[in-house]
Amino acid sequence: MSEDVRLTRLAKCAGCGAKVGAGTLTKLLKDLPTQKDPRLMVGFDTSDDACVYRLDDHTAVVQTLDFFPPIVDDPHMFGQIAACNALSDIYAMGGEPKLALNIMTVTKDMSEETVREILRGGYEKAYEADTIICGGHTIHDESPKYGLSVTGFVDPAKVLMNSTARPGDVLILTKPLGIGILTTAAKAGLVGASVTERITKQMATLNKASRNNMIRYEVHSCTDVTGFSLMGHGYEMAAGSGTTLHFKASSVKYHPEAFEPAEMGFIPDGAYKNRDYVGDRYKTVKPVQRAMLDIMFDPQTSGGLLISVAEKDAGNLLSDLQYHTDAAIIGYVTEKLDHELYIE
Amino acid sequence: MLDARGLSCPEPVIMIKKAMETKESKYEIMVDNRTSVENITRFGEHQGYKVSVSENGGDYTLTLTR
Repeated sequence: MSEDVRLTRLAKCAGCGAKVGAGTLTKLLKDLPTQKDPRLMVGFDTSDDACVYRLDDHTAVVQTLDFFPPIVDDPHMFGQIAACNALSDIYAMGGEPKLALNIMTVTKDMSEETVREILRGGYEKAYEADTIICGGHTIHDESPKYGLSVTGFVDPAKVLMNSTARPGDVLILTKPLGIGILTTAAKAGLVGASVTERITKQMATLNKASRNNMIRYEVHSCTDVTGFSLMGHGYEMAAGSGTTLHFKASSVKYHPEAFEPAEMGFIPDGAYKNRDYVGDRYKTVKPVQRAMLDIMFDPQTSGGLLISVAEKDAGNLLSDLQYHTDAAIIGYVTEKLDHELYIE
Repeated sequence: MLDARGLSCPEPVIMIKKAMETKESKYEIMVDNRTSVENITRFGEHQGYKVSVSENGGDYTLTLTR
């Protein structure tokens, strides 16, 4: 990598924190004309991770796109993280990615080597995901951005939507939270090298193994926790399923080094957008520290899977997941109560 | 009075953090977005200050005292 480039300095918002708020998107897309097609199994209406289109009884196409500005300074790691984040939406639907296209913007003063390193990171993760990058599109812009449009496949009978959680399910989250807060605090020089290395490695970890584990159990619903945070994505799962999700705050795993920066106000703008989006549709049953709540609203980049699994399978799935990840049981699902989310 | 208008997170918090190295009993900072209001409030409280906010035409003045 070239020593003179601090990629995150070129980006106003970092990673998934750059995402336009869920509330804003819903307003923007409302009333726009869309074709109806009975083969479209999952569209935008349930705010799912990717769309799913049935080809025949055995095969459905899963389609998604994700890109964002640099979240780390190392271009090779940025490429890996952006690719993992984009591929994750396919895994979250229970699918397997197969084809991908690069989407990229470069600034006029970026060196060729930096651009190549970003792409190298993306290609390495696509290779690890058994996915072929078969083209793409690159334009000049004021800040660098990178990501992938990904096409995958899934058995139509085994699509894992974000809107099908069932009362009695147990909730598992596969990656600890706090990425947005830590990357914000890092801009103030408050995060040590070992923590940066740990979260960079986490963001550059595919959700492939987690997907391969979960499809062997009775999983009812899944989503990946990214820009809209645990609370935002959790809200969408609850609302889409007509259930209430209960998060046990003391069981929600996060990087402990994120707690003090949260108390000190190193919280990305996206966390407040997420809080506004969820609004009054959550209830705290037990007192929760403000910093913990901020962590639960913190936008994640290349975050983990939030899995709603039948209680009988929760223990075995958790053991399998913990072989590869820091997965934890963080709550459970009930019939819909007076709020979609309970924090207890 | 510090002026952090036009700056986005985390710059306003970095600005007040640097200013507080002088450990005075009162600071005032102007910002122009709600995220900065929230974040500076958190920072001030974490450092043991009381924080009050007044709004004026889309700008906010935060007063931190102890």
